[in-house]
Amino acid sequence: MEDFSAKFVSQKISKTRWRPVPAAALQPPELFATGSWDNEENKISVWSVGDFGSLGPNGEYQGEPQLLCDIRHHGDVMDMQFFDQERIVAASSTGSVTIFRHHQNNQTLSVNQRWERAHYHVDPDTPFYGGASCTGVICNNPEIVTVGEDGRINLFRADHREAVRTIENADSSTLHAVTFLRTTEILTVNSIGQLKIWDFRQQRNEPSQIFSLTGDRIPLHCVDRHPNQQHIVATGGQDGMLSIWDVRQGSMPVSLLNAHEAEMWEVHFHPSNPDHLFTCSEDGSLWHWDTSTDVSEKPSFFHQGGRSTTLLSHTANQSVISAWLSNNPTKDRMEITNLVPNQTLSVNSLDVLGPCLVCGTDAEAIYVNRHLFA
Amino acid sequence: MCFAWGPGEMLVYETLFPKEHAEKRPGCPNIFIVRKDQDVYSQTLRKLFNESHGIFIGLQRSEEELAGKSRKAQLVRVSKNYRSVIRACMEEMHQLAISTRDPELHCQHSTQVSILSAMELIWNLCEILFVEVAPAGHLLLHLLDWVRLHVCDVDSMVREVLSCEYPSKHKDFWNAVDIFVLQGRMDDARHLLSKEASANPTSMGMCKILDDLMKKMPILTIGNTQTLTEMELKWQHWHEECQRYLQDGTFASNPHMESICKILLGDENAILEKKELMTTWYHFLVTRLVYSHPTVKPVELRFYAQSSMDLFLGGESSPEPLDSILMAAFEFEIHQVIKECSIALSNWWFVAHLTDLLDHCKLLQSHNLYFGSNMREFLLLEYASGLFSHHSLWQLGVDYFDHCPEYGKVYLELHIERIPLNTEQKALKVLRICEQRQMHEQVRSICKIMAMKAVRNNRLGSALSWSIRAKDAAFATLISDRFLKDYCERGSFSDLDLIDNLGPSMLLSDRLTFLGKYREFHRLYGEKRFSEAAKLLLMLMTARIAPCSFWMTLLIDALPLLEQKEVIFSAEQTYELMRCLEDLTAGKTDNQKFQVDDFEITKVEILRLALARNLARAIVKEGTLEGS
Repeated sequence: MEDFSAKFVSQKISKTRWRPVPAAALQPPELFATGSWDNEENKISVWSVGDFGSLGPNGEYQGEPQLLCDIRHHGDVMDMQFFDQERIVAASSTGSVTIFRHHQNNQTLSVNQRWERAHYHVDPDTPFYGGASCTGVICNNPEIVTVGEDGRINLFRADHREAVRTIENADSSTLHAVTFLRTTEILTVNSIGQLKIWDFRQQRNEPSQIFSLTGDRIPLHCVDRHPNQQHIVATGGQDGMLSIWDVRQGSMPVSLLNAHEAEMWEVHFHPSNPDHLFTCSEDGSLWHWDTSTDVSEKPSFFHQGGRSTTLLSHTANQSVISAWLSNNPTKDRMEITNLVPNQTLSVNSLDVLGPCLVCGTDAEAIYVNRHLFA
Repeated sequence: MCFAWGPGEMLVYETLFPKEHAEKRPGCPNIFIVRKDQDVYSQTLRKLFNESHGIFIGLQRSEEELAGKSRKAQLVRVSKNYRSVIRACMEEMHQLAISTRDPELHCQHSTQVSILSAMELIWNLCEILFVEVAPAGHLLLHLLDWVRLHVCDVDSMVREVLSCEYPSKHKDFWNAVDIFVLQGRMDDARHLLSKEASANPTSMGMCKILDDLMKKMPILTIGNTQTLTEMELKWQHWHEECQRYLQDGTFASNPHMESICKILLGDENAILEKKELMTTWYHFLVTRLVYSHPTVKPVELRFYAQSSMDLFLGGESSPEPLDSILMAAFEFEIHQVIKECSIALSNWWFVAHLTDLLDHCKLLQSHNLYFGSNMREFLLLEYASGLFSHHSLWQLGVDYFDHCPEYGKVYLELHIERIPLNTEQKALKVLRICEQRQMHEQVRSICKIMAMKAVRNNRLGSALSWSIRAKDAAFATLISDRFLKDYCERGSFSDLDLIDNLGPSMLLSDRLTFLGKYREFHRLYGEKRFSEAAKLLLMLMTARIAPCSFWMTLLIDALPLLEQKEVIFSAEQTYELMRCLEDLTAGKTDNQKFQVDDFEITKVEILRLALARNLARAIVKEGTLEGS
């Protein structure tokens, strides 16, 4: 944890995302983007953490993130994704979705495309369209899916002026996050604790499946899918609980893990080491969940009764049974560490890629850790 | 012009009062917002606020049980942290100042840099005198460090001198030697002196003697075990030796070296001659002390300070605010220091954090302000209120209010209600703050605001989730009524995903329970589970879950069940239904004798007929023996 220093940036950070590295390259990511919120002028900024300054005058052996460029963003940055190496999609609290282009040669950002009224409320009394916050965005080149407080789901395609498909009134409550399950299916979570699967191949505007928690309808704030095993989904709720779901079966989560003391804002499986999960929360902590097991321990799975054995029959042809779906993942196999050195205000966002982690907080600080698995 | 007060700002607007002979001016009047605290909006200072917030919280949470030395060390560490944050901010502001081309901005930034450097100067002195509480002997060492760090820029001058080919011929050479001596940097002075010795063989003898004197000067170093008395004795000896050399006229031929010797002897006039090099009276003070009273005690400082300032300024100029603040510090008048700083600085940041630190050093206990809170709390409240007027820094203010035991909660309650809630995410954060502090009133009011917004935007699911969070039964009833109204108008339910999946939250309000159960009835009917549907329907009416206004609708819903080929309602159930119908019509005829229209009468008649027919069939069926 020694190389986890804070850089104060004079804006509350709502989202941080690493720029994806080309698949063939083995180097760690060098660039990340941040979005701010609650400012009179919000910004999308691009930062670099190259290897320069490898032994600074103070003896710190990583360079601080350096600001490369930034651009004004109307409204709070509610969600952000890298569309490809050069383009960033940002969801705004005014209800618009914007694609920004990062020009590498002169280090500037410019607006590439904007959908102004992606999300809006219709006031029944007057013909006035009030903007509704767009709360989540996910991309899978060339498609972009956005969800918002108006309960609407939009499917956009870059370079198309209008939405390719819009599901009106998809949800009667606010949709908080969206992610791709398969290329034509998405997962959404909403503020009455439901996880829904939507299939774009179907023409009807109904979800193909609805999952919900038992008990109180605690709102869910974030969702992420296991990178390799597409049936495993993790969600984080308003009470800080981490839920693991198996979308092939049942309508209830496989496991519920009491995690944070306040809203969990983001959950991410590590894209290349999916035994590692990261969550960040309003209570100011960022947890690293590590379920990587030794090879010698695998046979013990076969002896567990109950749920695991039924799973076994499905996954018998798979050599690896995910630790996430085991009966009791916390039974001496999960290591949980808090990565933020001194917690004060909320950690709003995190992103992991390779050995690097970046997170942004309400204390206007960015933390970068480039040696996660050291 | 007219104005109105806001929470931290003032709204000023032009009004157009038509004067008699004034020309008619088209165009809209201007509105101005006058902010009294513009520092809060500076980008660089924001970093100061955020970083110091982290240090503040760390200090509040730190172990109180640590006593004595370790506690003091901890407090000194905290103080150093604060100072390094100020210095980092200063650096950045300085970078901004030199890189900008706009002269006004440059001026602004430079002013900020000088204010920040003054703040660091004052804080450093307060750290030495109040936090570190250095005893005699060490006190002077700390003061020397303080002077070396803050006053006058020696290094650039020295670099220039040394880079020249014949340093001793440089015009600033003797100035450099002098300033080293004035700052007690003996080794550096000797190093420079050796250049003179090598360049000028005639003065080598004098240089050697001077060098020797400098080498032998007794200095108390931290970690040195000699006592103060030992040190004083040694110092006395050395002083006498210097005296002898001066009186012998050893340095008579070289006025520079003679003046250095006089400085070593602590001759005030000699030191005062170097006024230009020292630039400030506090440098003069420390130099005086080094060479006349190196074992000065903290309580003696005030006398030397006052006389130094008088001698230095010599009646030419009056003391500036910074001077009076430092003087108050030397006199150990903490309250005076804080008071003067509050007046001189435009922002409460400095005094709030410094006072809090001093309070942790237990230096401010006895002083209570007449309106109930103590000085520390007053300053923190002012600072935090200033933060709340900022659109973004209000989150920091919350933590400051938390650590004001008397009025913090009240202030927080008042301020937090006034934060604009543009997005749901912001509302969630504010709610979490309120919930963590058991501010139930505020939780209810925020949830109600958000729920009303949602209802107005026709987001009934969101509205419901807000009322669940606030456990607001009344609002849940309102939402259910809305759903039922929609159903009555349209004949079908909207937002089935919500109503079908209410779960335990159904129990929040009776109306909500009814809504859930009614929907369940429809579902059972759709799945053709008629007997269960019938039972549910009856239960809704007899258990009085259904509102009276809805009974007619429920009875009409019962019609298709009554008219089915097979008998669904048993005789008992049919009697129940009939009773419900009678209750309904009896109630109606009392109140609405004149408003009963044909449609209503027809409905009632159809119902009565259907009920009677069903009763007949049910009695027959129940009375029949089952065929074997």
